[in-house]
Amino acid sequence: MEIFQVQFSTADLLVIAPELVLTGFALLILLMSAFARGGRRGFLGYTALVGVVAALVSLYWVIGKEASAFSGMVQIDPFSFFFKVMIVIIALLTVLSSLGYTKREGIDFGEYYVLVLFASVGMMLMASGINLLIIFLGLEVMSISIYILAGLMRDDARSVEAAFKYFLLGAFASAFLLYGIALTYASTGTLDLGGIGGVLAERAWINGLPILITGLALLIVGFGFKIALVPFHMWTPDVYEGAPTSVTAFMATGVKAAGFAAFVRVFFYALPTLQIYWTEIMWVLAVATMTVGNIIALSQTNIKRMLAYSSIAHAGYILVAFVAGNELGQSSILFYLLAYVFMNIGAFTVVILLGKKGEENTLISDYAGLGLQHPLLAAAMAIFMFSLAGVPPMAGFMAKFYVFSAAVKAGYYWLAIIGVLNSAVAAYYYLRVLVYMYFRESEKELTIGGFSPAAVLSIIISVWGVLHLGILPSTFLALAQRSIQFFL
Amino acid sequence: MNPVGFPILTAVTFFPLAGAILLLFVPKAKEEFLKWMALVISLVEFVISLPLFIYFDEGVAGMQFVDRIPWIREWGVSYFIGVDGISLLLVLLTTFLTVLCIVSSWRSVGRMVKEYMIVFLILETGMIGVLVALDLILFYVFWEVTLIPMYLIIGVWGGPRRIYAAVKFFLYTMAGSVLMLVAILALYFLHGKVTGEYTFDVLKLYQAVLPIKTQYLMFAAFALAFAIKVPMFPFHTWLPDAHVEAPTAGSVILAGVLLKLGTYGFIRFAIPLFPVAAFKAVPIISILALIGIIYGALVSMMQDDLKKLVAFSSVSHLGFVMLGMFAFNVQGVQGSIYQMLNHGVSTGALFLIVGMLYERRHTRMIADFGGLSKVMPVFATFFMIVVLSSIALPGTNGFVGEFLILLGAFKANPVYGIFGATGVILAAAYMLWMFQRVMFGAITHEENRALKDLNVREIVTLVPIIILIVWMGVFPTFFFKKMDLSVQRFLYDVKARYAAAMTATPEEGRLILAEDGNGSRVELVMQEKE
Repeated sequence: MEIFQVQFSTADLLVIAPELVLTGFALLILLMSAFARGGRRGFLGYTALVGVVAALVSLYWVIGKEASAFSGMVQIDPFSFFFKVMIVIIALLTVLSSLGYTKREGIDFGEYYVLVLFASVGMMLMASGINLLIIFLGLEVMSISIYILAGLMRDDARSVEAAFKYFLLGAFASAFLLYGIALTYASTGTLDLGGIGGVLAERAWINGLPILITGLALLIVGFGFKIALVPFHMWTPDVYEGAPTSVTAFMATGVKAAGFAAFVRVFFYALPTLQIYWTEIMWVLAVATMTVGNIIALSQTNIKRMLAYSSIAHAGYILVAFVAGNELGQSSILFYLLAYVFMNIGAFTVVILLGKKGEENTLISDYAGLGLQHPLLAAAMAIFMFSLAGVPPMAGFMAKFYVFSAAVKAGYYWLAIIGVLNSAVAAYYYLRVLVYMYFRESEKELTIGGFSPAAVLSIIISVWGVLHLGILPSTFLALAQRSIQFFL
Repeated sequence: MNPVGFPILTAVTFFPLAGAILLLFVPKAKEEFLKWMALVISLVEFVISLPLFIYFDEGVAGMQFVDRIPWIREWGVSYFIGVDGISLLLVLLTTFLTVLCIVSSWRSVGRMVKEYMIVFLILETGMIGVLVALDLILFYVFWEVTLIPMYLIIGVWGGPRRIYAAVKFFLYTMAGSVLMLVAILALYFLHGKVTGEYTFDVLKLYQAVLPIKTQYLMFAAFALAFAIKVPMFPFHTWLPDAHVEAPTAGSVILAGVLLKLGTYGFIRFAIPLFPVAAFKAVPIISILALIGIIYGALVSMMQDDLKKLVAFSSVSHLGFVMLGMFAFNVQGVQGSIYQMLNHGVSTGALFLIVGMLYERRHTRMIADFGGLSKVMPVFATFFMIVVLSSIALPGTNGFVGEFLILLGAFKANPVYGIFGATGVILAAAYMLWMFQRVMFGAITHEENRALKDLNVREIVTLVPIIILIVWMGVFPTFFFKKMDLSVQRFLYDVKARYAAAMTATPEEGRLILAEDGNGSRVELVMQEKE
C-alpha cells in the first residue's frame, strides 16, 4: 500500500494565499460569534468584509505567477487567477449586500458569513484545482456551505424547502460527478488533469472507449447540475426563490462561475481529445438551456423566479461559447461570467433593498411605480435589466456579442442564430420589469426596508462594472484572452 | 481633412448626451428651468451642427469630418465616424427636429419633465450616432441605443395603450436587428479570413465583393432589420400603434428621424455591402414598396383617427423612398434621400398639428372636428401648407422628392412608375378629404366654437417648417449640390462591384479561395480600390 506523504513548502502556501486568508477569517468569525451576544453581532459582517478585502490584497502577490503546489494538486495560473479575482468580487458584493439584509431578516449569525467565506474557498479550489479530486472537494465545500445558507431562514418554510431540495438533488449530482471521476480514473489511471490529457492525446485509454464516454457523460451531468443546464435545472427556480435573496445572488453568480471554471478546465485541459464526442451533446444542451430558460421565464411573476430562469438561459449562452470551443469561445466564457456577475448581483441587491421584514416584495407587480418613488434605484435596475437583455451599451451586450462571435467564427451559424433569437425573446421579460417600474402607477407605497449604505455601494460597484464592461471592455477582453492562453 | 480643425462631428454626436448629464443635476421641481435648459441645449446643438453643412466640401464624394480612434482593439472595433452627402442632411434634420420637438413638448408633457428632457437628448445622440457611424459595431450599438429612449417616451408619456405599443415597438425592432448582428459577425470573419484584416470598418468592408450566395443571406438579415424599421409592408404593424400612443414629440421624432434610420441603413449598409443581392432583390423590394404606397394610402383614407391617418401615410411615403432607392439611378436615389428629408419635415409637421388639435380638444377623431377654419384661421393656413407639402404640390418640398422618385422609377421600370404614381393621386385624396372634414363645412360640435387659434409658441414651432417646405420646394439645388457627388459615387461603386461579382472568373486572378469553418470553399472577389 502506498503511503501518501504530505509535503509542502511556504511557496505552496502562497499559491493558495487567498483561500488561506478566507479560511482564517472564517475561523476567526466562528470564534468571535461564540462570544458575541444578542444584538452585538454587527461587527461579524464587517470582519467578513475585512477578510474578503484581505483576500483580494493577497491576490496581489500572485499576479502573473504560474506555479503548482501540493504535488500538483492546485495551480495558480492566469486562468485560476481570473476566477479567484471574480470569486472575491462576488464574495465582496455579496457581503456588502448582506450586511443590512441579514440583520433585517434576523439571520445575521456568524455562521452566515462563515459559510459565505467557506463557500468562496470551495469555489476557488474548483477554479485552481488541477486534480479531479481537488475539484470535487472544492465543489463539496462550496455546495455544503450553500445548502445550509439556502435554509438559513429557519422559520420560513420556503427557505427550508429550498435547502432540502437543493441538498437532495445536489447530493445526487455530486454522486454523478464522482462516478464520472471514477470512470475517468478507470480509463486513464490518473486523476491529474494534465495526466488525463496526456493519456487521451496518445489515445492510450484502458478498458475501452465506452467507459470513458460514460464517464464524460456523467461529468457533464455533475457540472451541468451546478451550473443549471437544462435538463438538470429543475431545482433552480425553487431554490432561488426560497433562499434568502443575498444567498440567491451569491449562488446565482458564485456557483455558476466556479462551476464553469471547473467545467472549462476539465473539458478543455483534460478532455480536448474527446471534443468530437462532447461538442454535439453541448450543442443540444445549449439550445435546450437557452430556449427552455427563456420561454419559462416569460411567464414568471416573481422576480426571483424570473431571474432564476434567466440565469438558466444565461448558462445556455455561455454554453454556446463552450460549443464553439475555439480560443475566442474560451475567453468569451470568462468575459461573459464577469459581466454576468455584475448585472446579476446588482439586480438581486435591488430586490433585497425593496423588501422588508416579512414582506419580500418579490412580485414583479410590486415594482409598479418604482421609477417615480425611487428614481435612482429604478435607474440602476433598468441598467441591470437592459444589460441582462443584451442591449448596448451595457456589459451584457458585449458579453453576448463575444459569445456569438465565437460561435460564428467556429462556423456554428445556427447556434448563433438560435442564440440571438433567444435574446430577443428574453428582452420581453426583462422589459416587463421596466414596464412595471416606469409605466404603471404604484398601488402601494414602496418603502426601502432597512436602507443599507453597504448594499447601495454594492449596487454602485455593479453599475460601474456593467457600464465599464459595456463601454470600454478592452482591458477585460485582454485579461480574459491572456487567462486562457495556457490551454492552447 | 477637417476644415474646422476640431472634432466637430464628435461634438455634434455627444453634445446632447453631455447636456442630458447636465440636466441630471437640476432639481426636479424647477420644471420651467429644465425646459429652457433643454431648449438651449438643443438649440446649441443645432447651431454647432450647422458648420457641418457650411464647411461640407461638395467636391468630395467620400467621408468628411472623419474622427477615428481605436475602441476595442482586440476585435478591430474603432470609434469611426464621418458624414458624406447622404448622411449630412439627415444629421441636420435630426438636430432641427429635436429643437421643434422640445418646443412642442412645452405644455403637453405634464409629468416627469426632467426625465423626459433627459431621455429626449439621449435619443438625439443615439440617432446622430447611427447616422454618422462608419464602424459596424459602433453603428449597431447606436442603433440599439435609440431603442431605449423611444421605448421610454412611448411607454411613460404615451396614450392609454402605451404599454402595448412600447413593448411591441421594442420587440419588433430588437427581433429584427439581432439577425443583423449575426450577419455582421459572419461578414467580419469572412473578410478577416480572406484578407487577414479583421475589421468592422464599413469603408473597408465595402471593397470586398462577397460570394453571391453569402450575399443573399447577409442581405436578407440586414434588410429584415431595416425593413422593420422603415417600416416596409408587411412589417409595418408596429408603426400605427407606436404613433398613436406616443406623445406628439415622440411621434414627430419617430416619423421624422427614426424611420429614416431604416432607409438610411439600406443605403449605407445593406446595398453597398451586398450589391449583387441588392440588385437581385429589386423586384421584391420594389413590389413591397408599391404595396406599401398603395396599401398605406388606402388604409389612411379609411381612418377616423387623425394620428392613425398620418401614421399610415408614413407607410405610403416611405414606400416612395424605398421605390426610388431601388431604382438605382441618380434621379431615384436623390429623390429617395430628398424624400427622407421631406417626410421628416412634412410628417413631423403634421404630427405637431395633430398634437396642437389634441391639446385643445383631447380628441383626435376626425368626426369631432369640422369647420375649424372659421375659428382658427391662422392654424388653417399652416395646416393647409403642410397638407399640400405632404401631397407633393409643385412648389413644395414633397413635389421635388416624389417627382424625382417617379422619374427614377419610370426609368428603371415603367410598370413600377405607373403604380407608384397612383400613390400620389391617392395621397391627394386622403389628405384633402381629411382636411375638408376637419377644417371646412359647418361647425357641428359646439365645443369647437371656443377653440383658440395658435399661440406664439406654436407659431414659432411651425414657421421654420413652413420656411423649409417652401425653400426645399423652390431651391432644391441648395440641398442637392451637397449630395450630388456622394450619390453618384454610391451608384458607381455599387454597380461596379455588382459587375465585378457577376463577371469574375477564377482565371482573372481576382478570385481568392478560402476555406470556411466547414471546409467548403468560399469565393471572395476583391476589387482594387480606385
